[in-house]
Amino acid sequence: MTTSASDSASLTPNSTNRTGPNCLPQYELPDEPLVIIEPRKSWSAVGFHDFWVYRELLYFLTLRDIKVRYKQTLLGVLWVLLQPLLTTIVFTIFLGVLIQVPSEGTPYVLFVYVGLLPWTFFSAAVISSSNSLVNNAHLITKVYFPRSLIPVSAVVGRLLDLAIAFIVLICLMAYYHVALTWAILLLPVLVTLMTLLAVGIGMVTSAMNVKYRDIGVLIPVLLQLWMYASPVVYPTSLVPGRWQRIYGLNPLVGLVGSFRAAALGAQIDWSALAWSVGTIAALLICAAFLFRRMERHFADIV
Amino acid sequence: MIKVEHISKLYRLGSTHNAHPTLREGLAGAFKAALRRQNNGDNGKKNIIWALNDVSFEVSRGEVIGIIGRNGAGKSTLLKILSRITDPTRGRIELYGRVGSLLEVGTGFHPELTGRENIFLNGVIMGMKRKELAHKFDEIVAFAEIDRFIDTPVKRYSSGMYVRLAFAVAAHLEPEVLIVDEVLAVGDELFQKKCLGKMAEIAGEGRTVLFVSHNMPAVLNLCPRAILLERGGVTKDASSSEVVGHYLHTGGANLAHREWPDISTAPGDDVVRLRSISVIDEDEQVCQSIDIRNKIGIKFEYDVLESGPRLAPTFNIAMESGAVVFWAGDRDPNWENTPRLKGRYSTTAWIPGNFLNAGTMIVSATISRVRPTHEHLYEQGVLSFEVMDRMGSDTARGNFPGHFAGAVRPLLPWETRFAPKDEGSVEMGAAS
Repeated sequence: MTTSASDSASLTPNSTNRTGPNCLPQYELPDEPLVIIEPRKSWSAVGFHDFWVYRELLYFLTLRDIKVRYKQTLLGVLWVLLQPLLTTIVFTIFLGVLIQVPSEGTPYVLFVYVGLLPWTFFSAAVISSSNSLVNNAHLITKVYFPRSLIPVSAVVGRLLDLAIAFIVLICLMAYYHVALTWAILLLPVLVTLMTLLAVGIGMVTSAMNVKYRDIGVLIPVLLQLWMYASPVVYPTSLVPGRWQRIYGLNPLVGLVGSFRAAALGAQIDWSALAWSVGTIAALLICAAFLFRRMERHFADIV
Repeated sequence: MIKVEHISKLYRLGSTHNAHPTLREGLAGAFKAALRRQNNGDNGKKNIIWALNDVSFEVSRGEVIGIIGRNGAGKSTLLKILSRITDPTRGRIELYGRVGSLLEVGTGFHPELTGRENIFLNGVIMGMKRKELAHKFDEIVAFAEIDRFIDTPVKRYSSGMYVRLAFAVAAHLEPEVLIVDEVLAVGDELFQKKCLGKMAEIAGEGRTVLFVSHNMPAVLNLCPRAILLERGGVTKDASSSEVVGHYLHTGGANLAHREWPDISTAPGDDVVRLRSISVIDEDEQVCQSIDIRNKIGIKFEYDVLESGPRLAPTFNIAMESGAVVFWAGDRDPNWENTPRLKGRYSTTAWIPGNFLNAGTMIVSATISRVRPTHEHLYEQGVLSFEVMDRMGSDTARGNFPGHFAGAVRPLLPWETRFAPKDEGSVEMGAAS
């Protein structure tokens, strides 16, 4: 399916085009068709331009996800705080107190919370995103809009949770008198990168989930493994030297590690971060093509 | 305005076999039926079916076109391609204007959200701008007549309110091309009238409307022109009265009998599924055309999947014009109001001979629960059959050869009492 360049114009209702009941054509037919529907070329990428054209839809889909998520829960938004807090307590007791995992000089509670914060966001975003297309099957089969909006809005909706959970981090940092450094300005960049990583993964997994529902079951299991393969509850330095290279292939090593370092004012591993950026860029490009190729069949098989 | 050139759509069977059950909901019955037909044809050797095959037509500005055809003819596929929900396999469509498609009302409505929130969500999903929605908000609420409940979650709405709100948003879409699919099948009669009125208004404004429907009277009323789709191709494209007449007359032998071998695609829900329905003669044979003197049976076969409901198979007979001759619901004294156990039921209603007028009759069937009333399925125009005219002493027509008007043509018992009058006989006598 291709759309002409004037497609964006087609989305802007033009009230001057209304004609009265008795006077038929007050405006001429355009010479060029507004939309041409054709079989799609096998390989093309998702147009990121769509996100701008359909920004209002993206906004409302995200808003819907957020509102619906908390509307019928007893504690509502409190869950956003409780989830990382409870996990923090569990890890602090088992890893911090009992096993005494090293935490690079910071109190383990703070150390693990500052790791769980980006991780919880990332894993929730990937899970929501993976299930998003299937959960919105009723939209996909009934109305046209760029399908990529759905997995993206699922990820974006989790940013609010992250922001709320961030408040706890600020409190913890104040309590433990952590000195702020300029590195803290890196946090928004890191959050953006993490969002993009979740978008890249979510686009692929959500598209695959349309055809193979196994993906929806598999993803939480894989994420569980991924958490232990990332420096969330332990420092990167704990990994033996000979494994460091393989370990470093995980883009979250750079992201979570840098997030913690930026928040706590420690040394940032720039090479790990650079690797993460490269991986994310490559992933996004693949995802854009894969998604475009698979979305043709969504309405037929979802 | 719309130029459709050689559009074809191929579905692969392989991909559907592995797919998740919700596929069944996703793909309209259209596709499934086409699939079955094709399968019989080439023994399932090739796992492909052409849901649409080389469809071409043009629609000019301001035209209102009805698209009709049996389930499985490819109507839904065509609509989905026109609405850009799915891609064609071949061909090209040029649209010279903004397209709004109403494949259902209330797309994207979320039960947890309030009426206000849903108006915006649904409107934006259908392609309206937030500013435009804010501008028309009061109008939409007034149209839906729900102003008191605008901040109530729609899950607390009655189904009537829900549909009214959904349609109100849709009615305020202002595309140059509007594609409407069977939205009129939902809602009560009053609401259907409102929908039809709104469509007529849209058509009057010079916008182009493609209207897909089983509701033949609505097609005849709204659309000057109609297109008949059969087995994925356009078989007739002419004035709607011609096309509708042709459609009803050429149903072929399968029209007096319909069956759904696959329970998952059979009409109905988790409680009851209609498995077959037929027009039968007095020997219980499926019969397409029945002598006006003979009784006619409408036979339902249905599966009850859940014990306990009190069910009533119900049907109506309509004439070609769409006017309903009568409705009839199951009044079998042994079964009326009897909770049904799980299993297969076969129920026949007998229409006496010499009752219907001659001509094409269209059967629509429902199976409903009584107390509380709930419609489990509704198949509009599911069957059609021909009542064959006869002359003779055992018909209502007798020996009258002319046009015999009326919805019914009962052979009434006529009684005449005659009292001879003396003067009369005297006169007669005198005359002779």
